[in-house]
Amino acid sequence: MGWQITSQSNPRYDSMQGIQSVFEPRSIQADAILALSNWVFAAGSLIFVLVMALLAWAIISRRRHPPLRNTVFIAIGGFAFPAVTLSILMVFTVLVSLHITSPAGENAVRIHVTGHMWWWEVQYEGPDGERIETANELHLPIDRPVSITVTSEDVIHSFWIPSLAGKVDMIPGHVNEITFTPTEAGVMRGQCAEYCGLQHAKMAFYVVVEPAEQFDQWLEEQAQPAVEPVPDLLKAGQQAFVDQGCGSCHAVRGLPGAVGQIGPDLTHVGSRLSIGAGWLDGSVGNLAGWIASSQHIKPGNRMPSFDRLDGKTLRALAAWLESLE
Amino acid sequence: MTFRSARDLEEADRRDPGLRQLRSTWAPPKGFARLKEINNTFIGMLYVLTGIFFFVVAGILAALIRAQLAVPENDLISADWYNQIFTMHGTTMMFLFAVPMMEAIAIFVIPQLLGARDLPFPRVSAYGYWAYLLGGLMVLTSLLFKVAPDGGWFMYVPLTGPEYSPGYGPDFWLLGIGFIEVAAIAASIELIIGILKFRPPGMSMDRMPIFAWYMLVFGFMILLGFPPLVLGDILLEVERAFDWPFYDADRGGDPLLWQHLFWLFGHPEVYIIFLPGAGVLSTVIPVFARAPLAGYVWVVLAAVGTGFLSFGLWVHHMYTTGIPVMSLSFFSAASLAVAIPSGIQVFAWIATIWSGPGVLFRAPMLYALGAIFIFVAGGLTGVMVALVPVDFQVHDTYFVVAHFHYVLFGGAVMPVFAALHYWTPLVTGRLMSETLGRWSFGLIFLGFNVAFFPMHLTGLRGMPRRVYTYPADLGWDWLNMISSIGAYMVAAGVAVFLWDWLYWHRKHGQVAGYNPWNAGTLEWHSVTPSTNFSMRSVPIVSSTYPLWDEPELGDRVDRGEFYLPDSPDERRKTLRTGSVMGEPRQVIFLPHPAWSPIIAAIGTATFFGLAIFKLWWLCAAAALVIIIAGIIWMWDAEPLPAPNRYDVGRGETLPVHINGADTHGFWAMALLLIFDAAAFVSLIFSALFLWTVNRDLSPPVPEAEPGWALAAAGLAVLASVFFRLGAFANRRGSMIGLVLGPLAGLPAMFASGGALMGSLFDAGISPTENAFSAVYWTFAGWTGFHIGVGTIFIFYTLARALAGKVTPERRQSVMNVELFWHFTTGLALVSLIMIHLWPRVI
Repeated sequence: MGWQITSQSNPRYDSMQGIQSVFEPRSIQADAILALSNWVFAAGSLIFVLVMALLAWAIISRRRHPPLRNTVFIAIGGFAFPAVTLSILMVFTVLVSLHITSPAGENAVRIHVTGHMWWWEVQYEGPDGERIETANELHLPIDRPVSITVTSEDVIHSFWIPSLAGKVDMIPGHVNEITFTPTEAGVMRGQCAEYCGLQHAKMAFYVVVEPAEQFDQWLEEQAQPAVEPVPDLLKAGQQAFVDQGCGSCHAVRGLPGAVGQIGPDLTHVGSRLSIGAGWLDGSVGNLAGWIASSQHIKPGNRMPSFDRLDGKTLRALAAWLESLE
Repeated sequence: MTFRSARDLEEADRRDPGLRQLRSTWAPPKGFARLKEINNTFIGMLYVLTGIFFFVVAGILAALIRAQLAVPENDLISADWYNQIFTMHGTTMMFLFAVPMMEAIAIFVIPQLLGARDLPFPRVSAYGYWAYLLGGLMVLTSLLFKVAPDGGWFMYVPLTGPEYSPGYGPDFWLLGIGFIEVAAIAASIELIIGILKFRPPGMSMDRMPIFAWYMLVFGFMILLGFPPLVLGDILLEVERAFDWPFYDADRGGDPLLWQHLFWLFGHPEVYIIFLPGAGVLSTVIPVFARAPLAGYVWVVLAAVGTGFLSFGLWVHHMYTTGIPVMSLSFFSAASLAVAIPSGIQVFAWIATIWSGPGVLFRAPMLYALGAIFIFVAGGLTGVMVALVPVDFQVHDTYFVVAHFHYVLFGGAVMPVFAALHYWTPLVTGRLMSETLGRWSFGLIFLGFNVAFFPMHLTGLRGMPRRVYTYPADLGWDWLNMISSIGAYMVAAGVAVFLWDWLYWHRKHGQVAGYNPWNAGTLEWHSVTPSTNFSMRSVPIVSSTYPLWDEPELGDRVDRGEFYLPDSPDERRKTLRTGSVMGEPRQVIFLPHPAWSPIIAAIGTATFFGLAIFKLWWLCAAAALVIIIAGIIWMWDAEPLPAPNRYDVGRGETLPVHINGADTHGFWAMALLLIFDAAAFVSLIFSALFLWTVNRDLSPPVPEAEPGWALAAAGLAVLASVFFRLGAFANRRGSMIGLVLGPLAGLPAMFASGGALMGSLFDAGISPTENAFSAVYWTFAGWTGFHIGVGTIFIFYTLARALAGKVTPERRQSVMNVELFWHFTTGLALVSLIMIHLWPRVI
């Protein structure tokens, strides 16, 4: 069960390269941080070269003392120069810090994300203040501030989308907030940045930034309950879901008995780019593979491998889940 | 005559009874009994070897990490193995290599550098060493059974708490590392007193070798930096073992408390590792630049300044935990400020190189120059990660991995290699190979940069730390491959070094003879290898580089022209001098080889090992072994010959026994209590921190009869008064008063501790109820523990009194014990305030 490149089945973007990179900023905040970083990288490199040049000069020189008296040389190079440059840098940095942490304002998209070992529970605040639940994927509108509040149900995680903003830790008993304003459409990847146990490496998610109309439509769809299956195959899949007791861990809104809170909400799992929290591309084949051998793909996660299912049931179940768009 | 070779010394030996006496006095025991040896030369050598052993183990773990990460989606190493491996890599490097290695080098070299025969408490060094060895092996063993800690070297709760890590892994970490902290504290007290009180006559503080200055700051930083971690460890272990919810958010605890305590230790820790490394650079660079260290005072101030500043930066590991941005800016500014003392040192090194007649590119200097290169780069990325917005992005990514490896490789690993190349002739009498040295340096330096430079990019391209695998095509693949190749180059370089260090140079290396580097400090005053007793006679020193300024000094030392040139009584001894000016004050009779330190260390190891498996009764038995070994150990303390004067040579005599606050024994007790107090203050910090973070829960007011608390306070003060009276009676020569005082004080103290706990029982406060009640009980337990230890001290003192070892003239042990008791009274009073007064006034 190898990892499949998401791009092969998702024409919405061309390449994986750069979808999780600080160098590809797509928000006001990530832009500001990258601009500051670039300045500091450049200045730091320059200082490094200068210090090494001084060291080389000292080695080569035969004059037996630095260009100035020893103590003056040390006082200027080691004390005055860093004190002045660092003070300037400090002022500059505080301004950037305040800029990137300014509140999101009234019309912000409000999202609450809860970290679990090892997936993301996502709740959107709907137009009327209702909570719309999904998991392991965010959709965001362009040019509208986003406020994300985060916490954790178990251990500490850290919420990070490099293209959009810095990190914010998800800590049990604390609610932290991060705000940013996406400026460009595209698919991005986020990943847990605080070591959170066995499968920390496989705790990621996708973010889709899209025009406002598409976003509104998406949110409206997410608010709906799951569609009733029509063809027999899908009906059989739904039945398998009920028979196997999947609903005791997973919620599927609209399906009686499927109200579990232990695993991700699956009401619209078919619409998601990935499964297994950003690890597998969300194709029907991968869904079946995940159900049958989740312990092989992501050992130690809380979902048992349903390897007792026969091929037919498995295909039906995966097909039904894939149909939940 | 002059001594230029081992043969000259042999020649002298035959004609010189003084030298012969010294040799036989300091000769290590033969055969298996050699393990009894406590001399710093022997213990220091074992310490260094063990440090390198753990470095190699941690390096092998690093090699496994790089093998796994070389290609994406690798299934070479499973997730559970990988997590244990990276946890143990960090833990071993930080706790079993970096800090102990610096202690090891210092324990070996400081006495020789300072013209002392040994450190002040040789048995403490020996105990510390064996504790370190056994504790380290204990932690490593867990890896063999696949039950190693897997929560990261930073052990964040709740992942490492009872709910998410029910296994033994965290216990191995908490108890094993806690155990090794014992060794670190032992070494720090040893080094502080050794540096302040065991210098040669004439070596005032402004003439101290720069390395001694660095190690002095190092010692104090351990003493104040380790306590928060020790406290955090205790709280976490108690939470795991007994369900006291210090870190449990559901019961008023806070996972961030652990992070504060950990980084209150963890950031000073970085400088605890860096300062000795910088000390090595400040020692080695002048030798090979052939010029005295430029800006000596600036460098000393920089080292001290680094020590102070390092305690104000810990929050920069916690920028992303939700602390308001203006508070973060304070810590950001402090983090930037620490660049200034580092800058001063770098410019002092450059100025030193400039001052000399040309650099000699021998292996130690190559490593030193490599260290500057790597450290400056790491320092500059340090400025970057100190900036709050930049850190929001790079925190917990491979950028940070690159940054701190640059700092630690430049600030510690390269200097360690420089130090080993430089000082090894003192042990083996031979120089390490220059050719192999160039190869190892080249491979390590190049390999390091190949391995770690790309990680800056890997991190900025979004790769988080501590992942056992990563998907292909995110732009991390070839960067990781390059890093892995670099890592194996480093491994090859280390292998070349080891081959030379352990084998080649000992067989084929050039004989080092007298002062092979033409250095200026005292450890090179004579023919290598150096002797167990460091110096034939303890010289009078009049400059920072005595061998440069007085070329004849080494020969005069070897001819026995200075202090303590012989040992007719066959007792090991050294000179104690004034802390500031270095004038001779006392002759110290040092202990001879004994089994008690190693037995106490085995007892301690057994205690911690059994505690992992919660076998409390067997733990108590191990504790008994420690206590008995300790009493045997301490029994011959305070030697008082008659008359109390010793002929130190040059027609001078000095006292052997003195009493009072100037003695090294009193200093040791005082420093230990400073450590203790720092841990106790960390507990107060924890209480205040929990109060500030809890919105719904305030510290419960213990609704008990006020009589309980008042009785506890009164009895504690009464106990102190009784003890004072006992000590006073002893001074007046009243044996009865000496016995009665403590015997009356002891029940008072027990009653006080009982009333303190009674007040909690009476109020119905249970430690598992919430974080505050757990903290209250910790205050009570802390006081109770001290009462227990104090009781042992009292019975020990009474036994000494009955054996006639406590007299008006020999009152030092009484004085030390009394200090401990007043401290315990202080703990009881502060605990009462925190339990009964504080919740009422807030």
